[in-house]
Amino acid sequence: MKLESKIPAGPLADKWNNHKAKLRLVNPANRRKYHIIVVGSGLAGSAAAASFAEMGYEVSCFCYQDSPRRAHSIAAQGGINAAKNYQNDGDSVRRLFLDTIKGGDYRAREANVYRLAQVSTSIIDQCVAQGVPFAREYGGLLANRSFGGAQVSRTFYARGQTGQQLLLGAYSALSRQIGAGTVKMYARHEMLDLVLVDGQAKGIVTRNLVNGEIKAWASDVVVLCTGGYGNVFYLSTNAQGCNVTSTFRAHRRGAGFANPCYTQIHPTCIPVHGEDQSKLTLMSESLRNDGRVWVPKDKADCGKPASEIPEDRRDYFLERKYPSYGNLAPRDISSRAAKEVCDEGRGVGQMVDGKRLGVYLDFSAAINRLGESAIRERYGNLFDMYENITGENAYRQPMRIFPAVHYTMGGLWVDYNLQSNIPGLFVGGEANFSDHGANRLGASALMQGLADGYFVLPYTVTDYLAGVGLSGRPSVDRPEFKAAVKEVQDRTQWFLQNKGTRSARSYHKELGKIVWEKCGMARDKAGLQQAIKDLEALRADFWKNVRVVGSGEQLAPELERAGRVADFLDFGIMMCLDALSREESCGGHFRTEYQDSGEAKRNDDQFAHAAVWEWQGENKHPVRHIEPLVYEEVQFTTRSYK
Amino acid sequence: MVKENGNSDQHGHTLSLRLRVWRQNRGQPGHFEEHFLAAVPETASFLEMMDMLNEQLIREGKDTFAFDHDCREGICGMCSMTINGMPHGPLPGVTTCQLHMRNFRDGETITVEPWRARAFPVLKDLAVDRSAFDKVIQSGGFITVRTGSAPEANHTLVPKQVADEAMDAAECIGCGACVASCKNGSAMLFVGAKINHLNILPQGQPERERRTLAMVKTMDEAGFGNCTNYGECQAHCPKSITLDVIAKLNRDYLRARVKEFFSSTGKPSKGGE
Repeated sequence: MKLESKIPAGPLADKWNNHKAKLRLVNPANRRKYHIIVVGSGLAGSAAAASFAEMGYEVSCFCYQDSPRRAHSIAAQGGINAAKNYQNDGDSVRRLFLDTIKGGDYRAREANVYRLAQVSTSIIDQCVAQGVPFAREYGGLLANRSFGGAQVSRTFYARGQTGQQLLLGAYSALSRQIGAGTVKMYARHEMLDLVLVDGQAKGIVTRNLVNGEIKAWASDVVVLCTGGYGNVFYLSTNAQGCNVTSTFRAHRRGAGFANPCYTQIHPTCIPVHGEDQSKLTLMSESLRNDGRVWVPKDKADCGKPASEIPEDRRDYFLERKYPSYGNLAPRDISSRAAKEVCDEGRGVGQMVDGKRLGVYLDFSAAINRLGESAIRERYGNLFDMYENITGENAYRQPMRIFPAVHYTMGGLWVDYNLQSNIPGLFVGGEANFSDHGANRLGASALMQGLADGYFVLPYTVTDYLAGVGLSGRPSVDRPEFKAAVKEVQDRTQWFLQNKGTRSARSYHKELGKIVWEKCGMARDKAGLQQAIKDLEALRADFWKNVRVVGSGEQLAPELERAGRVADFLDFGIMMCLDALSREESCGGHFRTEYQDSGEAKRNDDQFAHAAVWEWQGENKHPVRHIEPLVYEEVQFTTRSYK
Repeated sequence: MVKENGNSDQHGHTLSLRLRVWRQNRGQPGHFEEHFLAAVPETASFLEMMDMLNEQLIREGKDTFAFDHDCREGICGMCSMTINGMPHGPLPGVTTCQLHMRNFRDGETITVEPWRARAFPVLKDLAVDRSAFDKVIQSGGFITVRTGSAPEANHTLVPKQVADEAMDAAECIGCGACVASCKNGSAMLFVGAKINHLNILPQGQPERERRTLAMVKTMDEAGFGNCTNYGECQAHCPKSITLDVIAKLNRDYLRARVKEFFSSTGKPSKGGE
């Protein structure tokens, strides 16, 4: 596998501009002769599809939801970072770059991160012009807030619905192009394979979810913006339909998958309430500004109501362990601390599976100090949402929270141009691996999705198209397309005809439990080896006993689920292999063998690289390659929050 | 129902339910099917209850009920069930996915139907086709700005109160409960929300009339009914969008028609490339 990062030469600050000046162009009159396929309609996908169409290319965009407006970017709450320095507090492109590199625990590619910080300011301009109703000061200028432990206020926001408003902005740009006929939109279509012709990505195979039609589409280039793989854990804050299928299908066709073990666990989510739970709900991190996190000191108190546990029998464990950051310690550290106390048997809330997995987030001190109305003003909507889901009033009793899978930093390997190792296959947004290293900072996911879609892919895809020339688009009658369609048809038929006994959901739940236990917040060698064995057995059982009801000609949610679970099973094994082979702790990847009294211990000498996995065939382990991460301007340091 | 007692161990309540659920294949007539479902935890969401029903059907070797859902946190707008005759069920200001079973009684019969509206044909069971909403947006629900051509964000001042009002309207999730709850199947709350979001912002002024006329025209062509001020849409909107967006839509529509009338001189336009 050839992994050329194609980082341009020259000083970090000049790389992108120098590179842009050298990228090749396509004459406006010729652009309509090129067909670009974009899969996914979230921030990266919608932004890219709209931008390509504005430039004059013929674009087809696919999404599995009933409308491009539903993509899961819509659920992001907090905000979007940009180095505008509107607050005059010392922010700059360089600071945003350094914060992102450090936040990622020195496992991101330096040049990509610098570019991200550079284009961040243009994103805000673009979104404001589209009518995104960002929060404003009384003078009419844009407001900012601080976020995720940054020392500057650089986060732009639209109440608690920033992702929704940014996505609706990108969706409106996309809709304008659909209305103008320059983008053909295919909603309720799922990509089930990537088609390569002479080693280049030249099309995809989709299933029309409404009528079951399996069809091949040819193009000059394929752009995947299909999000992350958090649902491998079954329970996560992701939407139900989020899946790894499109990126994993590309992986099976030869695309390298980088750093699958990097997953982000968000500390403040509503705990699991029972076996039939389908989804975990995030409560904004901002709650930790006024809430104090605690559990009982004594296991015997765990079943009692919080009000019956006196102050001296409570353990405010974040304040105890991290006195200078206290309840505001970073996401990965807070999450692990909560897991530790629950593992000790000191968790609170109802028993699920014989364990209490929750810690208190207590606002009583803040309510006593500031009054209930002040807390209501700050967090009213979150308290309402909490009550809606749990039936508990958090003004009167502490909230219960527990960490949950939230974002995945790994993804398909891409070079500086966001092109995978398969020529003609580009990857944007959460689906690629490049910008967040081993841990993502708050308010950076929205920034990256829009940066890729609006300001990177339009340049780099154009350069690729200029290189392939006008004869690049093959006919779907070629054998490569026919073979891919046949494979998808056979797999679909197999699912519908298999006389199994267990639902795909039951396999998904079991898969989720295995990876959450063994490859979640803390990992170790023995556990990962066991997980791989367990997953291989589960996979073998799945391919014997899965039962798929429904028909191939109507909406068939069970068929969709079975296909996604099948890919998650393969993917879960690769994720554990990646975690096993990375013998260090960094960011969201915590190996218990590699720590300094509870803190992650990186090994920069041996692991300052991206691990890139290459598919070897059914039931075989993928092979690990590396791309060394060369830091030209940044020095390694150790993160400390004590 | 809020637990007064802080003891979080009391979560054992379960419900047994009689469910009347709509069954329909695309292009064919539909009917209700009756199912019994036991041991539903009151902590489960309505959609998790439907998951349990579907798992039971799989065990019995029967087809599951198709329904739309995705984020399950009340923001994507995909879930869409009419529960006991009410879009998104009995609670105000929540989507189906945010409705929990503690709001139902043990032994209760629950009727579950898809959105009922001419402009939203049934695809299967509880899933409907809402692409008419997308068409309305495609006809004008945007501000024309090419990628890369935006001015510096702080060049345009937007008074806080205007930005807040735009945001109130922009919270619409496009679920279609307004249409499903309206006797006329009117989409005026949806269209009004988008018009109100864009038409009051300074950035939205250049296309204000054009946007209004185009979106109303597309709305009418898509088969949505007229608004006769029943107000059901406001009552069932999960994001609590209020009727005043319809009043403002009417005002902007009138304004656009009047401007159109006085600007049409019968001569060909002097505009162009």
